[in-house]
This record gives sequence, C-alpha cells and structure tokens, in this order.
Amino acid sequence: MKSKLNLDPKVIDSARSCAGRIAESMQIFIDRHTTVSTERTVLRLLGVDGVDDVDTPLPNVVVDAIKDGGGLPRGAAYWIGNAMIQTGLDPQAIAEKMAAGELDIMKLTMASKEDAEAKILPIVNKALEKIKAQTAKREDYLATIGEGRKPYLYVIVATGNIYEDVVQAQAAARQGADIIAVIRTTAQSLLDYVPYGPTTEGFGGTYATQENFRLMRKALDEVGEEVGRYIRLCNYSSGLCMPEIAAMGAIERLDVMLNDALYGILFRDINMQRTLIDQYFSRVIIGYCGTIFNSGEDNYLTTDDAYEAAHTVLASQFINEQFAVLANIKEEQMGLGHAFEMDPDLENGFLYELAQAIMAREIFPKAPLKYMPPTKYMTGNIFKGHIQDALFNMIAVWSGQSLQLLGMLTEAIHTPHLQDRMLSIENAKYIFNNARAIGEEVEYKQDGIMQKRAQFVLAEAEKLLHEIEAEGLFSTIEKGKFGGVKRPKDGGKGLAGVCVKDDSYFNPFIPFMLGGEK
Amino acid sequence: MGSHTTHSACETTTVDLTNVKPYGDTMNDGMMQLSFTLPVPYGEEANEAAKILARKMGLDEPAVVFSKDMVGFTYFVLYGKCQHTVDYSTIKVTKVEVDVMDRLECEKYITENIKRPVVIVGACSGTDAHTVGIDAIMNMKGFHEHFGLERYHGIEAVNMGSQVPNEVLIAKAIEVNADAILVSQIVTQKDVHIANLTNLAELMEAEGIRDKVILICGGPRISHELAQELGYDAGFGAHTYAEDVASFILTEIVKRKMV
Repeated sequence: MKSKLNLDPKVIDSARSCAGRIAESMQIFIDRHTTVSTERTVLRLLGVDGVDDVDTPLPNVVVDAIKDGGGLPRGAAYWIGNAMIQTGLDPQAIAEKMAAGELDIMKLTMASKEDAEAKILPIVNKALEKIKAQTAKREDYLATIGEGRKPYLYVIVATGNIYEDVVQAQAAARQGADIIAVIRTTAQSLLDYVPYGPTTEGFGGTYATQENFRLMRKALDEVGEEVGRYIRLCNYSSGLCMPEIAAMGAIERLDVMLNDALYGILFRDINMQRTLIDQYFSRVIIGYCGTIFNSGEDNYLTTDDAYEAAHTVLASQFINEQFAVLANIKEEQMGLGHAFEMDPDLENGFLYELAQAIMAREIFPKAPLKYMPPTKYMTGNIFKGHIQDALFNMIAVWSGQSLQLLGMLTEAIHTPHLQDRMLSIENAKYIFNNARAIGEEVEYKQDGIMQKRAQFVLAEAEKLLHEIEAEGLFSTIEKGKFGGVKRPKDGGKGLAGVCVKDDSYFNPFIPFMLGGEK
Repeated sequence: MGSHTTHSACETTTVDLTNVKPYGDTMNDGMMQLSFTLPVPYGEEANEAAKILARKMGLDEPAVVFSKDMVGFTYFVLYGKCQHTVDYSTIKVTKVEVDVMDRLECEKYITENIKRPVVIVGACSGTDAHTVGIDAIMNMKGFHEHFGLERYHGIEAVNMGSQVPNEVLIAKAIEVNADAILVSQIVTQKDVHIANLTNLAELMEAEGIRDKVILICGGPRISHELAQELGYDAGFGAHTYAEDVASFILTEIVKRKMV
C-alpha cells in the first residue's frame, strides 16, 4: 500500500535493520546471563507456589537458597531436577520442605545435567499443556462470543481492593469496555518478589498476585458471556518480577501485558542489565501464550516533549519490535506504545499528532498499537479534559489505532470514578462510530504540514538508531537519549540478582516456547 | 419559596460579599450543577432519590436534567438552587507570601544578595513514582514555557527522580549542603502523602538539619496551609512554576541570613 504520508520505504528499512542489529548485539549479552527473577519464573512454571510462615513466596525461598549456595549460574531447573532425582519429591514438595528447613538441595548428590533435564521434562510438558489450554480457551471465546471492534476500548480499574476492582471492571464491561487493566499498587515494580493471595489494600492500584489475576479473569469471563463480547484482561509484566508475572499471566490467561525493559530502566530506575535479561524470558512466554505486549514509549512524552522527542518514541518502537522478533513474538502481538501528549496550546498540534499516529500505523501495519491518552496537559478542568480526550479519540479512529487506553476527564485529579469511565466510553463510542471510515476517505497534501512532519520524525529516528548502533544501547541510555532520563549501567535496582550462566545451565522452557528454534 | 416569587432574584445586580451565593445567570439565583452516581437501578425512583439528596444538600428546586442507566447504578446531572450563603468578607487563607520574580530577576537577586550558588535538591520521595511535578519545577525544560531551576544561573538543581527514600533524600541534601529540599507528592490515595511528608520532616529534625534547610512540598493536592501544619516552610499547589518556588527560596535565604 502506498504511504499516504509519502514515507520513504528505504528509510523505514534502514531504521528497522539498524534496530535489528542493536537488538541482536544486546541478545548476545542476554544469552550469557540469568537472573533471580528468571529462575523464580522457571520454578513458578514448574508449579512452585505459596508462601512460607513469614510470607516469603516459595519461589524466592528456593532461588535464595540456590543463590546463597552459589548455584545460580547453573539455573533453578538443574537443582530442582536433581532434587527430584535424589528425593523422589515433586517441585512443590521440595520447595515446601526447603521452607520448613527440612531440606538443603545444595547438599544433595549431583546428577548430570542430562539426567536432571530428563527428570523435569514431564513437568515442563504439563506446564506447557496448561498454558496451551488457556490460549485455546481464549481462541474459543473469540470464535464463539466474539470481541469488540478496534480500537478496543481499554480502561483501568485501580481501587486497591481486588473485590472492588471486580465490581468496577464488570460495570465498565457492561458500559462497553473491551480491555480492563488492573493498575498495580504504587511501588510493586520495585518488589523483588510477587505477593501471594487475594489482596484488599493498595495505593493507587491493586497488587498483581496470581490469585487476583484468577479472580479478575473469572469475573471478566462471566461478564463477557453476559454482554456477548470477550473482555480482555491486562496487567503489568514489568519491574523486578517481569518474567514471573508473564508466567502467572500465561497461566491465568491474561490477554495484554505491559512489558518494556526501557520503561523500567528510565522510569523505575531498575538496573538495565537485570531488566533486559528479564525481559527476554518474559517476552518468550508472552509470545508463546498469545498475549499482546504493550511497550512504554508513551511515557517518554510525559518527561520529554511530544513534539521535540517524537523520534525517540519511533526509534524505541523499532528496538522493541526487534527484541520481540528475537523472542518469537508475532507482529499481531506487538502492542507498541505511543501517546497523545502534544501541548494543547501548540498551533497545529492536532495535525502533528495525527501525522505521527498515521506514521506509526504505516510503519507497523499489523501491530496492535497502544495509544495512550493525554495526561501531562490535563489540568483538572474536566470539561476541557473531555475535549482533549475527544481529539485523542478522533485521531485514534482516523489513524486506525488498536488498543485505545481511554482518557478520563478527571485525569490529574483521582483514579477513575465509575461515572468517569462511563463518560469516557461514551465519548469514544460516539467518535469512533461517527467518524469510522475517515481514515480511508482522507488523503494528505503533497509536502504539506503532515507529510513533512512524519518524514522528519522518521528521518530523525533513523539517525538516532544509527547513533545507538554505534554507541551501544547501554551507553545510549546512560547518556539520557530516551525520555531525557540518564541511568548508569551498574546503577539502579536489582543488579545483585544478575549472574553469568555456567556451561551446564539450562532453562527448559525457552527452547519449547520458541518452537525448537533456539 | 423561590419559584413563587417572580422578582426576588432580580432585585439586585450587585454582590453582597457578606452573603455570597452561586451565580448562574442572575445575582443570587444560587444555581449549581452537580454530577454524581447513586448505587441504585435506573428509573423514576432513582431520579427521586437524587432530588431528595440534593434538597438535603441545601439545593432548592432540584432538577435531574439527565440520568443514565449504568446497570445497577445511575448517573445524574442535576441542577439546583443553593440556599446557603458564605461571608466572603471575613475569609482568611494562608498563602505563600512572596513577590514572585521571573528567572532573570531571580538570577540578578542571587548575584546581588546571595553571591554564591544556591543548592536545591528535589525528589518524589516515598513510594510516589510520578515525577511530572518535580520535573516541571526542576528540569531544564520546565513546563509551559517556564524554564525549570536547572536553567537558572546561580542555582544548582539536583533532581533525584521518583521513589526516593526519605533517608536517601536527606543524605543527599547533607552531602551537597543544600539550601532547600523540594519534595513532590502526586499520589494522595488514602493520605499516603501525609504520612510520607510527616516522616520526612521528622527525619530532618532527628538529623538536626531541619533549621538549616528550607523545606518545601508541592503537588496538586498540596496547599500552603497543609504544608505548614506538617512543619514545612511552604507548600505549592497546581499552577506553580519554577519562578514561584525560586522566588520563595531566594528571599527566604536572605531573610534567614543563610547567605
């Protein structure tokens, strides 16, 4: 299809292949390392769950013991496989005995890597079957009760209490929402463990726990059957427990997960080495279970300027796309992010924003792009805010966005009230319906404001990608090229949880999840 | 009541500041617009419930101009005439009292009156991850064409970013010999900001540096009055720019003879 913005395919190809080389060079680093959270994820997939008598999750109990015993470079799968051989117990029973202080798996006779691998294979297969059954159930729902039209209406709930979230989520679905995201409690991203069980206390959101995922999934399936539309569930595979939450999400059938190492580095000060390694396994899981991942480029525009920094968003989208390719994620699962954050006082800001949104759609034609609403310039004037959200909705339907995180007129005041969500859904439905085919009808003036804007942003992104390739991704982040935020390679949180793999390391899930390619 | 007297609302067009009422299109008509949700099913009974509630709130002649079924909940847009009045003439509000200087005036003020670099450390402390406020005040770029403190000659601005523990913030302030600490709090759910701000002030007392540093908090739900209650020197709410904060700090430095 010819570009309506007259974008040069050669520039797009050059940017994309440059991003591919950046991702591949990072992958060499990733493949040499593992992390505590990656290993806890292996344990969770092997069925280890629950907490000890001081509420430490059992995956942490086991991985901490392995780490303290100097065994992390070999990976949790070896130690569990070996413990199964030596004790005859299953992984959960091993973890429970370790928590009770009755078993030290680091002091057992050591079997060969091959024997340990063979021993856990049946459990690995069982875990994969369980995930596949959830993926099949999603497909079955989509085939029978169907889904909403794109752009999907995506709303958040954030009461702090999972039971209250369920009430709000079901109400939102009845009003027309297609995706419910349960916002996490403030600072969960910095916990190096995943809390356990249903939770009713949180600040600005609700803890991501496996039980909370299960409760919300059940509620959305119920209301989905009632309204005749599959309701997708979204949570956050991000922070220090990135891959663990991806695994929990795969098991509990989450449909969308926010997942972006760059976001964690820049905005949560998570160590870049740690989170890029974590991101890899999380994306392999996401690719395997058919979840859409959302990247966090939209956030750059809350700290940097939407007009001046637009090319950093595009450059990051290219890199996120290539990281996803390496994790075997299909383009249809790549929810690359961007945001409507132009200063409302900027003359022709709407045209620039429209040009950038159409540019993203043309460059990533099959990706379910995630489009984020205005936040930075929301003022508390709810009436103007409702108009800002309307302009955002207009661009979304015009440029064919896929996942529309609905703006709330009360943004900058409070987490959404029931009526805020209703009004924003009404706003989006009105505009999407009323302007449905506008994107197909309209073309743009040759060398006009919009064409020139998109061409300029693409050219700048391609230039930045070549700079990053020359400089290396770590160094680029250290210099503050994304979001205007600088982070040191050895700084931030979580570096202590990183180690170099030894020669006998194995992660039994990655080869199967990649389909035997790697 | 109101609807039976055809001329009472029209008797005056000038405001009586001792008896102020909301203004719709006529002085003292008391008109107010509300929107809210009741957890009851949509219907005539729901509308009636909304009107009864409005009367209890002191609104005469409540009119539900719109209501919407939200399945088990009903949303209303309602108008009514407020019966209450306020005496505006006796109101006193605690505000930050400072003559605001623009960036260039601030820079000149430093050169002429302080004659050394002014060091300001800022952060979103505690669990708060929202840096939009502190960034608007501190970062080079600022907000809405108002440059941030980093841009000011004579000011060394250290923005520590989000989720900084109070202890780390204080340690940094001591390390760089800060004149002022700015702490931004955006998340206020369940009053988490109150606990955190109190903790910071207490830790500074404990460290013995409270008197040596100008302590300022800011955020959309922060008022100067609240800040003072919590033991801060100043509090800045929405619509604050870097020059407002800088002007306060600089004049305070001179006032306290911290030069």
